[in-house]
This record gives sequence, structure tokens and C-alpha cells, in this order.
Amino acid sequence: MMASSYSAKDEDGHITVSGPGGGTLRNKKPENTAFKQQRLPAWQPILTAGTVLPAFFIIGLIFIPIGIGLYVTSNNIKEFEIDYTGDDTSSPCYNCAQNFSWNNTKSCTCIIPFQLDQPYESNVFMYYGLSNFYQNHRRYVKSRDDSQLNGNIDSLKKPSKECEPYASVDNKPIAPCGAIANSMFNDTLKLFYNDPNGTSVPILLTSTGIAWWTDKHVKFRNPGGNNANLTAVFQGTVKPVNWHRPVYELDTDPENNGFINEDFIVWMRTAALPTFRKLYRIIQKNNNMAPTLPRGNYTLVVDYNYPVRSFEGRKRMILSTISWMGGKNPFLGIAYITVGSVCFFLGVVLLVIHHKYGNRNNSANISN
Amino acid sequence: MLRRRLNRWFGGEDRRVDSRTIYVGHRPCPANEVFIPPKFCDNRIVSSKYTVWNFLPKNLFEQFRRIANFYFLIIFLVQVRASFVCMPTQTVISDIIFFKIRTSWLPLVFLTVLICSQGYEDWLRHKADNEVNKYRVTVLEDGRRIQKESEKIKVGDVLEVDEDETFPCDLILLQSSRDDGTCFVTTASLDGESNHKTHYTVPDTERDVESLNATIECEQPQPDLYKFVGRMHIYKNNEEPTLRSLGPENLLLKGATLKNTQSICGVAVYTGMETKMALNYQGKSQKRSVVEKSINAFLLVYLCILVSKALVCTTLKYVWQSKPGQDEPWYNEKTLKEKETNRYLNMFTDFLSFMVLFNFIIPVSMYVTVEMQKFLGSFFISWDKDFFDSEIEEGALVNTSDLNEELGQVEYVFTDKTGTLTQNNMEFIECCIDGHQYKYRDASSEVDGFCVTDGPMNTVQQKAGREREELFLRALCLCHTVQVKESTEGFIASSPDEIALVQGAMRYGFTFLGLESKTMKILNRTNDVEMYELLHVLNFDPVRRRMSVIVRSISGETLLFCKGADSSIFPRVKQEEVEKIRMHVERNATDGYRTLCVAYKHLTPEEYDQVDSGLREARLALQDREEKLMAVYNQVETGMNLIGATAVEDRLQEEAAETMEALQGAGIKVWVLTGDKMETAKSTCYACRLFKRNTELLELTVRTLEYPGKRREDRLHDLLLEYHKKTVQDAPPAKTRVARNWSSQDFGFIVDGATLSMVLNSSSENNLHDYKDLFLQICQNCTSVLCCRMAPLQKAQIVKMVKNSKGSPITLSVGDGANDVSMILEAHVGIGIKGKEGRQAVRNSDYAIPKLKHLKKLLLAHGHLYYVRIAHLVQYFFYKNLCFILPQFLYQFFCGCSQQPLYDAAYLTMYNICFTSMPILAYSLFEQHISIEMLLENATLYRQIGKNAMLRWGPFLYWTLLGVFHGLVFFFGVWFLFSNPALQDNGQAFGNWSYGTIVFTILVFTVTLKLALDTRHWTWINHFVIWGSLAFYVFFSFFWGGVIWPFLRQQRLYFVFANMLSSVSAWLVIIVLILLSLLPEILYVVLRKLFLFNFNQKSVKGIFCHFSGLSNVFASRWKSLVVFILFFGVFFIFFLFFYCV
Repeated sequence: MMASSYSAKDEDGHITVSGPGGGTLRNKKPENTAFKQQRLPAWQPILTAGTVLPAFFIIGLIFIPIGIGLYVTSNNIKEFEIDYTGDDTSSPCYNCAQNFSWNNTKSCTCIIPFQLDQPYESNVFMYYGLSNFYQNHRRYVKSRDDSQLNGNIDSLKKPSKECEPYASVDNKPIAPCGAIANSMFNDTLKLFYNDPNGTSVPILLTSTGIAWWTDKHVKFRNPGGNNANLTAVFQGTVKPVNWHRPVYELDTDPENNGFINEDFIVWMRTAALPTFRKLYRIIQKNNNMAPTLPRGNYTLVVDYNYPVRSFEGRKRMILSTISWMGGKNPFLGIAYITVGSVCFFLGVVLLVIHHKYGNRNNSANISN
Repeated sequence: MLRRRLNRWFGGEDRRVDSRTIYVGHRPCPANEVFIPPKFCDNRIVSSKYTVWNFLPKNLFEQFRRIANFYFLIIFLVQVRASFVCMPTQTVISDIIFFKIRTSWLPLVFLTVLICSQGYEDWLRHKADNEVNKYRVTVLEDGRRIQKESEKIKVGDVLEVDEDETFPCDLILLQSSRDDGTCFVTTASLDGESNHKTHYTVPDTERDVESLNATIECEQPQPDLYKFVGRMHIYKNNEEPTLRSLGPENLLLKGATLKNTQSICGVAVYTGMETKMALNYQGKSQKRSVVEKSINAFLLVYLCILVSKALVCTTLKYVWQSKPGQDEPWYNEKTLKEKETNRYLNMFTDFLSFMVLFNFIIPVSMYVTVEMQKFLGSFFISWDKDFFDSEIEEGALVNTSDLNEELGQVEYVFTDKTGTLTQNNMEFIECCIDGHQYKYRDASSEVDGFCVTDGPMNTVQQKAGREREELFLRALCLCHTVQVKESTEGFIASSPDEIALVQGAMRYGFTFLGLESKTMKILNRTNDVEMYELLHVLNFDPVRRRMSVIVRSISGETLLFCKGADSSIFPRVKQEEVEKIRMHVERNATDGYRTLCVAYKHLTPEEYDQVDSGLREARLALQDREEKLMAVYNQVETGMNLIGATAVEDRLQEEAAETMEALQGAGIKVWVLTGDKMETAKSTCYACRLFKRNTELLELTVRTLEYPGKRREDRLHDLLLEYHKKTVQDAPPAKTRVARNWSSQDFGFIVDGATLSMVLNSSSENNLHDYKDLFLQICQNCTSVLCCRMAPLQKAQIVKMVKNSKGSPITLSVGDGANDVSMILEAHVGIGIKGKEGRQAVRNSDYAIPKLKHLKKLLLAHGHLYYVRIAHLVQYFFYKNLCFILPQFLYQFFCGCSQQPLYDAAYLTMYNICFTSMPILAYSLFEQHISIEMLLENATLYRQIGKNAMLRWGPFLYWTLLGVFHGLVFFFGVWFLFSNPALQDNGQAFGNWSYGTIVFTILVFTVTLKLALDTRHWTWINHFVIWGSLAFYVFFSFFWGGVIWPFLRQQRLYFVFANMLSSVSAWLVIIVLILLSLLPEILYVVLRKLFLFNFNQKSVKGIFCHFSGLSNVFASRWKSLVVFILFFGVFFIFFLFFYCV
């Protein structure tokens, strides 16, 4: 500042405008510590061809077998998929799809025969799949009240605003509120095995164990505890508009009724993509050596309640076995083989380059 | 400064009048004109920027000039508005309201802190101003002495100033306590010259200051320190007024200090902001670094990306919705309010929602981190013990942390000479008598150094005759204008080297005792006092470049002693003596010593009479006095006998030459800007090795402009063209020049202040622009430039000129005195040396160091590292936010463009704050990609980061592409995986939050590991922070997903993370995608290394070729793109191949 040059007294410069550490420095020798002198001991790795080449080969050698393993595993998974949307005149569900109306109290049933070419061993998982169904739409995703679902009585009587427009009907709170709950998948799928001798044997479908354990036991709770009388608890609430039954009539088993009904919980876990599948039932494997689902003819009986034609959606039923890596998906195997091969390939290329140019220059490699 | 500018624009009244009239002591004059008390500005100094009233608006305006701040303000308003006012629009914000509101406050808080700190700084300035403005001064009013505050001084006041006080404004000297009507003044704080200058009272005002009745007419204030024109009318008892002309020798400048004179009286002519000092003061403007400019440029790019993303999404949303059944399927109906809202308003709010959703791409946290990095990083400068100077017990001082990285970008260094390059401490080194060299050995080693018989002469062989020796020493003792300071036995002289010579002679046994009534007394070797009558002093002037005295000894001999520059002495002495001495002189000159030759001449009484009468006649001449004097001088100073030469060293600062060499090695051009004389400055340049033996000097000075038969303007034109031809046109193209810059012809350019102002200011000339350009081009093609006789403002002008030249190079000014303040303020980076000349430079600088030698480490090590660190920080931040937001953008294509966030709100918020912030901060504080020792040893490394190498568009594109690649890999890798969401071994399926969490996990790990790959210097802190933040992420995710949070409306992430980890597929996909993302980087690093070795072996040999790798890294970012694309191609082909199989 020009002003300060005025008087000689101010020459000791006690005005230090801004600046970190300006004041602390005066008359103080900086400490000679490794930290302050930027001399902290340090590891100084350098990526060189020498270190990276083996890494590439090792990655290649590890990833390719893993990839092959994954690919084989995925290929060994048996999966059967049947589309029962019924927008095709030849489809057995065509009529049901055409005649769908929200006012129908009696559900329309369609019977779809199909054939399994291979026997399905071990547990078989039955999924329903929906396409072009935007469970991940923002308006949809947030349209729920987790505290209501967790058994909070206040939220039961007064659902969150997020549930609009599915929060209340005629000033009566909807339980469970929100668009997700309201649109719960309500087709009933039944499976029959057509014995070669002509009888049709129903296949036992387990409806528990399809939801995450934590969801079923912690995140979702019936109001007033799981043993309470659900009908009484839900007194004063109304069922979601599109539901045929109130929430406390979803199942007869009290362990699987109300908010802790697993079908409901599964539905409430919103899917990531507009084409998705959700676990519907599990077909437990037999105790004997026979395959869970032997090859042969089967019949799928569908109570057709769920309309998808209005948004050009599709419905599927999927039967799948499961490996340790989950359902059938060749992607992982391919990804691993690809990355492994790329690494290996690059390793070779690098090796060639290294040998051609690199070796004789090693003398110049002065470490820094 | 604004006020000054306003005055300039609007104060037309003032401008039109070329002169001002001052009534001394406000006494009306009996002149014919009416007394109108004229209006002048008061003596208040304003260096503060704001007042209480304009602080907020002005400061806010400055803040929002930064694009980023403005952007954050807008985003904040959008969010607040969207979340509070129009709830029904239900933008994403309401989804993530809990965190969002808090985070969007962040920049605002940040801004407030910034404003407060600036307010505090300005308050300090106000305080400093006040201290000056309230300083008590003595005013003579109607014969009384009145104490007044400095700011109350008005033009025309008569002031009294005591010894060692600074003048409070520009004064005309009326009365001095010294008998001879002179006073001594140091102007160290103005122009850096610490010697005493003599100023003279106006004749006839001496006696009666109290009752003086006079007016002063002088020019309007102008910044040139050495120019002043005015005249004084003195009215005495109705006599005809006496007219006295006033020159700079009568003017005492504000800021100068009165020395060796008890007190003076003077009348104020310029006050306050109109003093020459204030006019030379440059306002302290906020400096912005190149990095900040780059950030702004990148910010604009990302803003465009952001807006276009939002536009694309909005458009797609409405396209998608127009399909039947999509907008409002039965399962997902709109609320009543949503239905009612105007369609266009909806579109707009959708657009804003997308903006908010994607706004993370412009990282608020980057600004916070950059500020933190700068703030914390600057501690390393002040902590550096290498910067500690035990003499002054201080280390480096950081006044601003905004410019750390700028230290790594410097292309031009402007240095002051006195006190910066040199210690301003002249020392007599050796002399040469009749061609024999006499080197003085230190008195400490030679106890009786002054003894005649055993004196220092004995230490060297007695080569010249004793008589010659004594003659030489007498000449040194007599031929000067030194005065003996009464009190302390010290010497006072207008030039420090005169003192050095007298002191030198003293060491050899001849002591100058003083001048008493025209008699010079010398104590000779035998301790006898010799008396000489001083007859005439033929003063020094820069054109003649020599001075002489004519003395008469006791014995009646009349002698002329002459000393001066070799070039002006040699032609005037008997030629046979020259050769012996020329050799010594030349050697001394290239060693960087100031050399002077000493000659003498016997004058016969007849000759002397002739000279005497000639001189008297010339001195009385009214016209062309100067020319006539010069003629007599030239006439008498001929045919002399050369006795010898002296060498005086202007002591350099410690390691000044090494520092300069290192800077030049780093590709930095060093310009010396000094207020000093050309000879002194030139020898300093030689000593600092800025000019080397083979450097061809191009001079553009007052001396070279003196050319018989030509106007100075024409001569200037000719010279400029000639030099331009030499340096620019004939020079080989720049590329080859760099390669062999030691072998090719170096040019040094010397220009002085007067010539410079001709070049810059000759506005009437029509080819003015050519001049400036020519001048600049010449300068830029010279290795070193020396500008001497510079006024402070001219220094700033030079800096400004270079700063604004093509390519806008980064400039750095270093100086220690108040005269350097303007250039320190003007340059991109201002460095103050904590020298002896007060603290002004330090206070106005951005960084202050105790010694010049510290500049080397400051630039080469600290600057380099800071630049690399911050450049990496900036690029990394943009990169990591791009690959953070890109998956979210891509997700919009799969969720009906409904602004559904991919990640949970906690992740969105914590990503930049917790998960990825610490590693990059640690990196940007501790990274040393090349060790400090190596940086200091190899100055050339500095060139590799020049021209903002790491933040140009090439590297930016590389990082952006990398971010895009990573974003694509993350999103689509997981997308492929989710084609079957049954990923657990119990057949259960994952939902959208699992999708986001997997992507996010890959993201956090990749981004952190990418930084780990870039880290070359792993201290324990880096380890701790990198692995720590990954561990923290995992820990946090468990924690966040492990509890049902009562304050959360939705428990979206409940056990999502744990479930993800229970899925083998998720593990596998995370591993493979991380590896895939990092592969190109690894590949690139390795390939670069391989090819660089190869390249270096072929092209240059030498140790640092190894490190030139770095430059090629930055230069060859384009090559990296090729690698990148190739890699991508290979990968894609493989993938397709296997997928088809």
C-alpha cells in the first residue's frame, strides 16, 4: 500500500493483509519435520513394462478360465420362458386380454400348454416377467410410504403425501398406499404336469422365501405386530383402488399376510429396468432322485387379472434353475473372457514391443 | 484508483488547464488577478477498495463475475424455488430434499466466507490508510506552528518537516536548516536509490518564509518522478515580482525521507492522490491465475454439456410421453395438481429438474477443494526451511494463496536490481596502476594493512613506481563529490561507488578528511595532512560519462584529475598508455565489476587561466549554458595521462548468478528493470551472467540516440529497424534456436526510461504501433533485457506491455523496494524480497521471500509441483463428476426420462464430500511426481509444464473421454448384468436401488484407483486416505443400509449393499468392470514409457532426457487418444465376437 510507506515506524510490517500463516511465521524458524519439508518417506511406484507385463498375463490367465467357468455355468442353467400377454389371436389368453375390464369381479382364466424338453433338476424358480412396465419411473418409485409399510400406525391412518394420488379414497387412507402397491401384480399362475398317463398333476409352488429376508422381517411389518388381528388393525383404511382383496386377505397364512406378504414385498422392490422379472414361486426339489420338473408336457393356468395392453406391455412366465451366480446370464462369462483375452493379447503385444525397443534401454532407467 | 480514473474521464476542467497556481501560505497576492482559492484534492490517501456503503453491492458484483459463483447462485435459487414454492412440480429435489437443501447451501456459505475475508482485508487497508492520514504534521500558519493531521493538508500550506521524517506530500523546498540552502533526501521507497540526493531551496525564499508572498505556477500532476516544471513569482513590497524557475531539484516528493538536515520548510504543491507517489501507485486488483481461467473455460463446456443433457432429456421425455399409454399408464397416474399444471410450465420445470439432477457434473466441491488445496498447500511455502534466512530470522511469507500454481507457469521474470540482484553495497575490489594489478587482500588477514612499508601493496609485488601509486591514490581521494558526514565519520555521496573508491583509497593509506571552504584535506601514508585547493568540479553527466576536478596543491601545482568510463577516457589520454590498462579493464568488466579509469593532467598556469575563464564564462551564460560548459569540459579533458583503473564490485545477492542461470535454464526470460544508471546495471547483468561474454548488446538509450545530423525520433526509428532485423528477421526460426540456444548468438537489449517513453508514448507519430510492436519483438528475441532509469510506473508499463503481448505470457516481478510495488502489482505474480528498504514491496507482494536465491526453489520446485497438483486436481474433478453423472444421464433413457436418480440421495451427496474428496486432496497436497531435488537440479523440467500444458484442451479432452468411457462401462456393464435381475443364488431379484449401488460401488472404486494409479509419491497419508476412503465407503454403505432411519421417508437402501455383497455376480461384475475401466490407463502409461525410452535414446543424450518424458506426456495426449480408441476398438471386437459365439 502506498499509504503505508508514509511513516517509517510502520516499517516492521505488522500489517500483513491476509495469507495463511503470515502471522505465525515471524521470528520463528520453520520446523524441520519431514511433513513440513515435504520429505515424508514415500513409496514411488512406477508402472513399467516389467511390472505390468506379468500382471497382464496373470490377469489373462485368471480371467479366461473364470470366464469360461461362468459361461459354462450360465449355459447349464435351464430356463424356459412363455409369453402369455395374449395380444395375438392364437394366444390362449387372447380373450382374457381383450375382455379385460376393471369391473370384472370374476377373473378370466386362460390355460397355456407347454413342453419342457429337458428335465429341470434342483430347485426351480418361477418368475413373472413384465416388459415396458416402468417400475423405475420417478413418480412411481417414490409413490410409497415406507413407514406405513413398517407398521407405523400414524402413517397407516395418514399416509405420506408421496402416495398421491393413491393416498386416500373419500378421505379414508389407503393401506398400503401409493402407486406401487396399487399396481401390484395380481395374476395367479398355476402349474400342472401332464403325466404321460393322462392325469394332470398340480405342482406344488412355494410362495415363501421369495423376498429378501431383511425385507420380510425388518423393513415390512404389519401394524400392531405380526400376530395381531389384521382385520381389526386395518379397520378404517381402504384397499388400494385396483385391488380385489384388502391387504389382510392376501394370504391365509398369518406369517405371509398383510404387509409381510412376500408377493407384495417382492412387488414393492421396484425393478431397475422397464423389462424385468420378479420371483413368483419356488418349486422345491423332490427328495427322491427324480428331477423337480421332468421333461414332458405342462399346463400353465393363469387367472388373468393384470392388464398390460394399455401401455403395450408384455407378460411372461419364466421357469429357471439357479446356479451360484444367480439366473441365466451369459454376460459375465463373456465379459471375463473378453477382458482376459484383451489382457493376454495386450500382454503379447507389449512383450513384442518391449523386446523390440525396451530391453536395450534399461540402462537409462534412472530411478526417480 | 477509480476516483483517479473518474477524474481523468470526467474532470475535463482540470485537464484543460495545463498548470496550476498555488498561493504560498494561502496569502493573497498583490498581483492583478483576483484571489480565488483554487480547489485541489485533499491529502487523503485511499488505497482501500470499498467503503461501508458500496462494499456489499460492489463485492457481490465482483463475486458473481466468477461464472461458477453465479451458476451456483442460480442452481441454489432453482432448488429453493422448486422445493418450497412449487411443490406440485415435484422435481427431483423433493426426492432428495433432506440432503439437497443442505448441500446447495454450501457454496453460499463459501461465498459468505469469501466476502467476509475480503471485507476484513479491506478493513486492514482502511486502517493502514488511516494511520497515514491521521499522521501529525506541522503546518506554519500565520507565523504559528500548528499540528495538523496529514489528511488535512491543503495545497499551498507551508509545512515543516524534521530529519528522518517522510514528506507527507509533494513540497517545494523553501527553507532548509543547512546553511547552503540544500537538504538531503533519500528516495529509497520511491525509486530504490538509497543514496542521498541533494535538493535546493528556491533562491530568495530562504529568509522570510513566514511572510513570503509568492505564487507558484506549475504543471498538473504527472507520474514521472524526475520531471517537474514550474515557476515562482515572489512579490516583495510592491516591487516587480521576481521570477524563479523551479525544477525537480526543488521538489521534495511524498514518500522520500529527509536525511542529514535538521528541518526544512516547504510548500505543498501536490497532495493526496495527486502526488507523484500516488500517481505511481497501482491499485491492487484481484489476480486470477491461468488455472482459474482454465477452470472457467472447462466450466463453460460442462455447463453446455449439462444444459444439452437436460434439453435432450426434456425433449425425449415429451417424445416418450406422446406415445399412448406412456405418459400416464393406469399404474402410475398423476396427481390432480400435476394434471392441471400448464404443459409449458411443466416442460420448464422438467428442464429445471433435469438441471438439478445433473448439476453434480459441475462440482461445487471442486471449488471448495481447490480453495482448500491452495490454502493448505501454501503452508508448504511458509514452512520451507530452505526459505528461512537466519539474518532476518524470517522465512517466506504467503500473502495470497490464489497464485501457487502460477509460480509454475512463469515465462518472464522482471527483477529489480538494487537490493534484489545486488546488495547495493559497493566494494572496492582491485585497481590497476600502469598495467600492474593490485588486488586488495582482506584487512582481517593482514593485520597492519594500512601500514606503508608493510601495507597491502607488499602483498602483491611492487610493480608500479611508488610515485605513480601515490598519484593514483591521490587522484582517487580528490576526484569525487563525496562529503564527510559530520556526525559519524561516514561518507555521503550521490553515488555509492564514489564512496567505495574513497574507501578503497583509504585502505591503501590515503584518507580523505573532508572539504572545508574549498580545501580538500587528505591524510597520506605517512600520516601527514595534505591540503589541496579545489578549484573546479567538472560534474559527472551521463553523456560525457566522466567527471574531473581541478585542484591546486600546496606547492602551487595545478592538477586535473579525471575519472570515468573507459570508453570516454581512452580517447582522451596518450595512446601508448592505453593498451596496458585496456586489458585489465575489459577483464574486470566481464567479471561484472564497475570499472573506472583514472587520468590526470598537469595544467600550466596559462592553461589553467584559460580554463578558469572559460568555465566562468560558460557558467554565467544565459543561453545554451549546458552546451558551452560541455565544450569547455571537452576542451580541458584532453591529452591526459592515464594512471590506472579501478574495479568496484556491486556485491550481488547470494547465489544471484546461479539463480538467474537456473531461471534461464528453465526457459524463463529475465528482464532487469532498474531505476539505476545504465553502467551500474550493465555490470550487474554481467555479474549475474544475464549478459555473457558473447552476448551482443543492443542499446537503445539516450546515448545511442545522440547521432549527429539526425532527429532523435528518426534515429530511434532507424535503430529499432536495425535491431529488429538483427534479432527477429535474421534469427533462425524459433524451434532450432531453442535446441542450440547456447551456441547461437545471444542478444542483450538495453533500453532506458527516456527512450522507452519515446517508444511508448510518442502518440503523435503515425507509425507508433509499429514502434511498440518492433520494440516488443526485439525484446522477446533477446535472451535478457535490461531497462534502466525506469520510473516505477514505467516498470509497470513494461510488465503490462509484456503481459498483454501475444500469447499473454505469465509474468513475475520481484523487487524489494517501494519503487517496485507498481510492477509487483502489475505482474501476474509479485514477489517481494524482505530487504532493507522497508516493507512496502513485501506487503504488496503475493509471496515474499528473504533472498533472491529463494526464487529458484519457489519457482522450480514449489511452482512446478503446485501446478502439476492443481492441474491434476482440476482435471480429475471434472473427470470424476462426469463419470458420476453420465450413468445417471443414461439411466434416464431407461426410466422414461422421469428424472429418477440412479443413486440414492445419500450417495449423491456424499460422493463428492466424503467418498472421493480426500484422496484427491491428499494427492494435490503431497504429490511429487518428480522429487524436489531433481526439479532443482534440472531446471529444464520447468519448461515441460509451461504454457499451461496440463490444462489445455488436449488433456481436457483426454480426461473427458476417459470419463465418458468409464461412465459407459459402468452403466452398460451393469445394464447387461441386469438383463436378468435374478442375481442371487436363492433366485431373488435385485431392484433399481441395487442397480444404482452396484454402479456406484464400481464408480467409487474405479475413480479412487485411477487416482492411485496417478499417484507417484505414496506417503502414509496417501495410503491412509486412499484405502481409508474406500473402507469408509464400504463401512458407510453397510451402516447406511443397516438401519431403518426414522427421519427418512423411504428406506430405499435398506440392506441393499449387504445383499449386493452376498451376490457372487455382483462381485464379479464389480471386479471386471473396474479392471476394464483402468486398463486403458495402465496400457497408456506403459506404452508411453516404452516409446519414450526409445525416443529419448535416439534424440538426446543426457540425464534429464529421462524426465523429458513428462513433457511428452502432455504433448502426446493426442497420441493417448489413439491408444484409447485402439483399445476400445480391440475390446469391442472381442466383446462382439464372444457375444455372437
